[in-house]
This record gives sequence, C-alpha cells and structure tokens, in this order.
Amino acid sequence: MTIRLGGIIAGLAITAVLVLWSLLPGAYNLAFGPAPEQQPSYAFYEHGEGPEGGFSFDGPLGKWDMAQLQRGYQVYKEVCAACHSLKFVAFRNLKQLGYTDAEVDAEAATWTVPGIDPNTGEATTRPGEPTDYFPSPYPNAIAAAAANNNAVPPDLSLMAKARHDGSNYIYALLTGYGEPDPEKAKKVGFETPTGLYFNKHFPNVNIAMPPPLSIDGQVTYADGTKATIPQMAADVAAFLTWTAEPSLIERKQTGWFVLGFLLFATALAFLSYKQIWAGVKPRKG
Amino acid sequence: MSFAWAKQYEPKTPLMKWLDEKLPLPRLVYNAVGAGYPVPRNLNYMWNFGVLAGFCLLLQIVTGVVLAMHYAANAQVAFGTVEHIMRNVNYGWLLRYAHANGASFFFIVVYLHIFRGFFYSSYKAPREMIWLLGVVIFLLMMATAFMGYVLPWGQMSFWGAQVITGLFSAIPLVGEPLQVWLLGGYAPDNAALNRFFSLHFLLPFVIAGVVILHIWALHIPGSSNPTGVEVKQESDTVPFHPYYTAKDGFGLGVFLILFSVMVFFLPNALGHPDNYIEANPLSTPAHIVPEWYFWPFYAILRAFTGDLTIPFTGITLIPAKLLGVIAMFGAILLWFFLPWLDKSPVRSGHYRPLFRKFFWFGLIPAMIALFICGGAPAEEPYVIISQVATAYYFLHFLVILPIVSQIEVPKPLPFSITEAVLGKDKAPAESRAGSTDAGTPGALPEGSLQPAE
Amino acid sequence: MATDTAVTRDLESQEGVRRRDWIHIAALSTAGVGAASVLIPLISQMAPSADVLAASTTEVDVSAIQPGQAIKAVFRKQPLFVRRLTAKEIEEANAVDVSSLRDPQTLAERTKPGHEDLLVTMGVCTHLGCVPLGAAEGENKGEFGGYFCPCHGSHYDTAARIRKGPAPKNLMVPDYTFTSDTVIRVG
Repeated sequence: MTIRLGGIIAGLAITAVLVLWSLLPGAYNLAFGPAPEQQPSYAFYEHGEGPEGGFSFDGPLGKWDMAQLQRGYQVYKEVCAACHSLKFVAFRNLKQLGYTDAEVDAEAATWTVPGIDPNTGEATTRPGEPTDYFPSPYPNAIAAAAANNNAVPPDLSLMAKARHDGSNYIYALLTGYGEPDPEKAKKVGFETPTGLYFNKHFPNVNIAMPPPLSIDGQVTYADGTKATIPQMAADVAAFLTWTAEPSLIERKQTGWFVLGFLLFATALAFLSYKQIWAGVKPRKG
Repeated sequence: MSFAWAKQYEPKTPLMKWLDEKLPLPRLVYNAVGAGYPVPRNLNYMWNFGVLAGFCLLLQIVTGVVLAMHYAANAQVAFGTVEHIMRNVNYGWLLRYAHANGASFFFIVVYLHIFRGFFYSSYKAPREMIWLLGVVIFLLMMATAFMGYVLPWGQMSFWGAQVITGLFSAIPLVGEPLQVWLLGGYAPDNAALNRFFSLHFLLPFVIAGVVILHIWALHIPGSSNPTGVEVKQESDTVPFHPYYTAKDGFGLGVFLILFSVMVFFLPNALGHPDNYIEANPLSTPAHIVPEWYFWPFYAILRAFTGDLTIPFTGITLIPAKLLGVIAMFGAILLWFFLPWLDKSPVRSGHYRPLFRKFFWFGLIPAMIALFICGGAPAEEPYVIISQVATAYYFLHFLVILPIVSQIEVPKPLPFSITEAVLGKDKAPAESRAGSTDAGTPGALPEGSLQPAE
Repeated sequence: MATDTAVTRDLESQEGVRRRDWIHIAALSTAGVGAASVLIPLISQMAPSADVLAASTTEVDVSAIQPGQAIKAVFRKQPLFVRRLTAKEIEEANAVDVSSLRDPQTLAERTKPGHEDLLVTMGVCTHLGCVPLGAAEGENKGEFGGYFCPCHGSHYDTAARIRKGPAPKNLMVPDYTFTSDTVIRVG
C-alpha cells in the first residue's frame, strides 16, 4: 500500500513539474512567442538526387561497374587528390578494380609517398609501393587548413558512408554548384560569404570547396567515355562508394546465399515444430 | 523446483551414469531446458523472446571476443583498427556488422520481452525476483551498449561519451568532479576509451551471470503463460524439450532471417553516418543522437526544458538538466516497483479490460511518440509531444496502474490452462473434479503454485 | 485422465510420428550445417589479414656488403641475414662432406647461380625461433664460423647449415630473386 501511495504521489509530482514548468511555458512560447528564426540559406537548400538511372551497385542485386570505378579512380587522382586524402585505401586495393599486379605496381609508382632515407634516416619521399596507402596531400591538419582558407579538406575514404545516402550525396554535391536565384536572395537578404561557394545540395548551401568539376572534359578518359560533369561526378561517387565499402558486393552476394540457406532451414524447423506439436494443441472450440 | 510430474533424468550409458554421479551437468541442463522442465502448453510466440535474448547475448559475446582480437583501444588508432577490421581482416566486415546489428537486435528482442511482461503482468508474485533481475540485466545492457558505441571512436562515439558522462555533471556538488573521474580527464580521450573497452568486455559476462540467476529464479515458480492462470495439473504442461525447443528453433530461424537481411543488405541503416567520421574534439556534429534503442529515454531526458523555480522569486530549486536526468533514470528504476504498484489479482491483460485499454491506447502510443521524439532534433513539435508522452509514461506506471488495478473488474478466468486451450467441455473431467472449489485461490492441487494475490 | 495426453503422445511417437522422423533429422542436420558454417568466419578471421599478406615482399640493396660482412633486414616481421662470404668461408663450406650433415645441402643449393658469395637466410633458429648471433661485427659465430644461437647452443657453419646443437634444419633460405645485380627481392 505504501509503495502504491508513494508511487501515486511521485507520479503526480513529476507530472506536475513537467507540465507546469516545462510543457506550459513551452506551449505558451510556441503559441505567442516569436517564431523561431530561420537561416536565410535554408530557403535555397534542395535535397539532392543520385544520377539518372541510379548506380550499378544499388539494390540487393547490384554489382560494381569496373570501368566506372576505374574512371572514378582517374577523377580522384587527377582532381580530388590535390586536396583530399584517401588514407584507409592502399594501392594494393586497386587490384579489386580489375587491374593486374603489374598495373597496380606501376600505378603505385606514379604516386609519391613519404619515406625515410635508408642511409641518413632523414625524411624524404619515394615512389609508392602496392603496400603503401594513398598519401595525404598535406603533411598535417594545420597545413591543410592554412592552404584552404581554414577549412580542412576531409579524408574521402569513408565519405560515402559518412553522409546520409552518401553515394547519391557525393554526386549531387558535385553537380550542385551554381548561383542562387538573385531575386529570392535579395528578398531574404542572402549572400554567399566571401571565400565560400554556393551549392544547393550542401546542408547550409555555403561550401568551402571550390567547384572541383568545372568544365566538361576536365579529365580525358582512357576508355573514350565523354567526360561530362555529371559523368565525372557519377564515376567518382561510384569510386568513393567502393573506397568506403570495398566488401559491398561480396556482402550482398554472401547475403543471398545465407538467406537462401536460412529460409530452407527455417521451413524445416517449422515443419518439425508442427510435427512435434501435432495432436497436443487442437484448435479451440 | 519442479512439478511433481516432471520427468526425471535417467542416464542411459555407463559414462553418463558416471558423469551424473561426479558432475550432474547433463541433469542440470535436462531440468533447466530439457524434458525435465514442464512448461505451460499454451505459450504464444511472445514467449519466444527469452531464448532469443539468450541467443543474442551469445552472439554478442562470440563476435565481440573475436573483434577484440583486432581492435585497439587507443584514441590514436581505434578508428583505424575498426577500418582495418572492415577492410583487411578475413570476414571482418561480417563480424563487425553482426556485432553492431546484433546490439540492435538484442534490444529489439529484449524490448519485446519486457513489453510481454508488461502486458501479461509477468512481474507479479510469485515472479517478482525474475522481474527484478530482468531490470538489472536491462540496466547492464544499456551500460554495455553505450560503452560499446564509444569504441569505434567516430564523431558519435566521442560526443556520445561527452554528453552521457555530462549527465552526471548535473548531480549537485559532486557532479563535475564525478564526470572528470568517469572520463579520467576533462574530455573523452585515451583514459576514457580504455576503461570503456575494459568494461565493455567485462559487463557481458556479468550479464551472463545475472541471466543465470534470472533463469534460476524462473524455475522456482515455472513459466507464466498467456492466461495468467497458474499450472494446476499435468495436462496444463508439456515438457520444454522437444515442444518448446522445436518452437524456439523455428523462432530462431525467423530471427536469423530478419537479422541477416539487416547485416547483409542494410548494415548501416540502424547506425549514424557521423560515426564514420573520426572523432574530432573540436567540432560537434550538427544533430547528435544516441543509438535508436535509447531514444525513448533520451526523449524523457530532453522533455524537461524548464528549471523548477519558485514563481516570481527567481530562485531555482532544481535545474532542468538535473530534472531530466532524474526523470530518465527514474523511468527505468520505477520498473523495480512494478510488482507492488500493480494490485490486480489477475495477471494477463486479456482478462483486464480497463488495463488493456490503457496498455494499447496509452502506454504503447506514448512509447512510440517518445521513440520518435528521441531521434528527432530538439525542435517543435517534437518537444511538446515528448513532454506529453513523458507525462503519460509516468502517470501510466505510477498513477494509472495502481488505481486501475484496484478498481477494475476482471473478466472471468478459465479454470485451468487445459480448459483455456481445449475449451470447457473438452477439458478433462478429472481436472474439474480434482478441485471442487474451482477458481478459489489457495486450494490448489499439490505441486502447483500460488496465483497472484 | 490427467496423464491421458502424455499417453496419447507416447502412442503417437510409436506409430504416427516415426514415419515423419525424417523431418526432425533433416531439420537438425541443417541446423548442424548452419552452425558449422558459422565457424568459417570465426576461424579464418585469425589467419593473416590482407595487409599482412600484402606486406610479404622486401627489397634489399646488397651492393654495400663487403666480403665477411652481414646485414640484417626485415622480412615478414622476422630478421633476414644477408652475408657476403669470403673466399675462405666458401672454401670451408664446400669442404664439408654433405652426406655427413644433419640437413644435407650444398652451398650452391643455398645460393643463386652467379652469386655464390651471397648467402641470404632467415635469422630464425630452426630449433625454437631465437635470433642467432654472428651477423653483427664481433658477435659469437659459433664453432663453425657461421651463426650461433645462444638460446640452446645451435652452431651453424659458414653456409648457415646446422652442425651442432638441437636445431633440426639449416637456417631457412627464403624465396628471393635478383631484380638487378645489387638488389634482391625477397618473398
């Protein structure tokens, strides 16, 4: 009895505190208080979509498009790598993109990685080897910030998983640059701050990264694909999806196998269960 | 304990006879989850989740021990070792995704197990101890899950550690030194990461220990059942093996199918993208949320937006932050008092018309609202919804339950489980004759137990 | 009457259920297969990971090693001895009757054609894995002038063959090739 009485008193007390000191003032404020301020930039944000027709790896049956991954790697190397590292990916991983051992060796050697002089022990550089990881374009975060107007270019290894719907986000971001509607901007008093760039698919529409893909044909694809901006954006988004989750396709394929087995096993378990219970649990009535 | 008609273990081979004399482990298993444990014959699928929760614990321990072979709890490298697991370790991606989603599935299963308990009043006498131990398991699970989420050392890990330990700073006087002590520093760093790893490894084994107590306590009165009527005779029960081992086997299959869909096709759906950004002590993510299974309690924490003040004096009695912390912990701790808050002589919600209405149209919508608000940003209308839902939550357990259980008129109960299953006319005649004062508590056949008061 | 369901059940198990036993057998066997497959990731995760396997080649520049000198390099996280033999050491090695050896091998079998003076071996004693002495200047080279393992007293000769002590095998010669006259690639 004491527990129930105590419970009722405690319950009424906590509810009274909540209602009188939190709920009612909040409701009053919501009804009569000033409307919450909206950043003018929110008026320009548009949710970005992926490339038309989606990616080859979308969906439970998706597969890598090796040619696209190779093109995306080329875009990363020729465009993104100037500012962005890819520190969790090693050159040896490129073998997964359909390159041979010799091609991986040669590709690794085209990169310069930090090394140590074997005779003097001093810091130096050397050509990359397959076991090396992609080098960072800056020696440290301070140097990266100093070279980029105080905004450190993030590592791209996991970018496709570090944003909601990351593959499509990367594509949308790279194709989302432009100018805000001037009339609308004037009306809400919006101006892109100096040193930032307008991008309608970036959460606050002011991004520190200058448009990386600015003209068609910025890279020349070896396979003859026309390097339009949407094409390059889709290719590099696909490549960064691979860097974020190299086991993506293996995972889905294993999944089908496991699911098939489990469905079979569960069906047997169900039959066995029904068999055991037959005769013990007749229907009601 | 056991019912008088429980089957007795009989070792068949000389080896098993020898073992039974020296270490009767097979006998223990036989009596615990074998043919020697008579279980009500009418359990529905809601009774599958106990075994599934045990499976989840096993899954988490096995995958966790294996992941610990590759993980390093050092702020410099922790994030990198997780990526090492994902990229280099053989099947590392599978093990990590199974562990991460395993935590979510563990909570799904345990929440269903708990709400089964709410609806069927499984916490009532004589099963109070099972319930109390269950609440302890749930608290340990929450601590374990929180510390586990810190280990990948992503942005959500780091800021989760900062915010959750920050809750303790709300405690008057000792709060801030306490937070520094918990973290071993002024912000989460190596000291915090290492102790969280150590405790994250230890606590599951503590949970396993409490689970054994939980099952032990269960075997004293035996399992409850959907009618809430206690077992009275042999025809009320079936042996756990093979009847419920088969049913649990089927349940496990269904569980594994759903689990595999998540692990293989949507492994990051229940996680937060920000945790794939390495921890950065200089920048907080725009919208920090705990893992989904904490959302209802996080909503209760945030529902308290106003300090408790004496009006017109400006004197603050309890700051909002402390109110939120008290309410959040109180929301779970009040479960400890449930067996004594609920006075109803009837257990099952099926026979409690008023209680059932409050359960389906009060508690469940409130929990769903709290869940949604906990995951949403602290903006209107979520704040007001979470405040209303929080108020209902406390009223439900502390005010409505005691009063409703006192005033409601329960529907007539079936005489026995057998009668509930087979229907009155088909019930064995003897079962009615066996006890002339049918329905009167206290005069039950030998071997059965006292029903709720 | 209270036991009647139990009785019916027993009867069933004798007649009706028996012919459906295959369902239980199939279900249990499938569960067994499933449980066994779970062991595959659990076991293989302990095998060397992709980065360890990839880091299994080492290049060593051998141009600076003078006759009589040896250097230690690292191959698969283990010491690698590269020794330039003197004419006297080669002679000593070739003078031994191969059939008298515990692990019969000639010096020529343990070096590359055209580079018989360059002895490349693992610096891992074949007894229990200690690092033998003798690679660095002034270290004990043992009774046969090659390497000496201080842990349990194994003596290796100038061709790094086991001559005395508990070790069962010669110091292992890893797979390697000359990528140029002065650089070897091990692994």
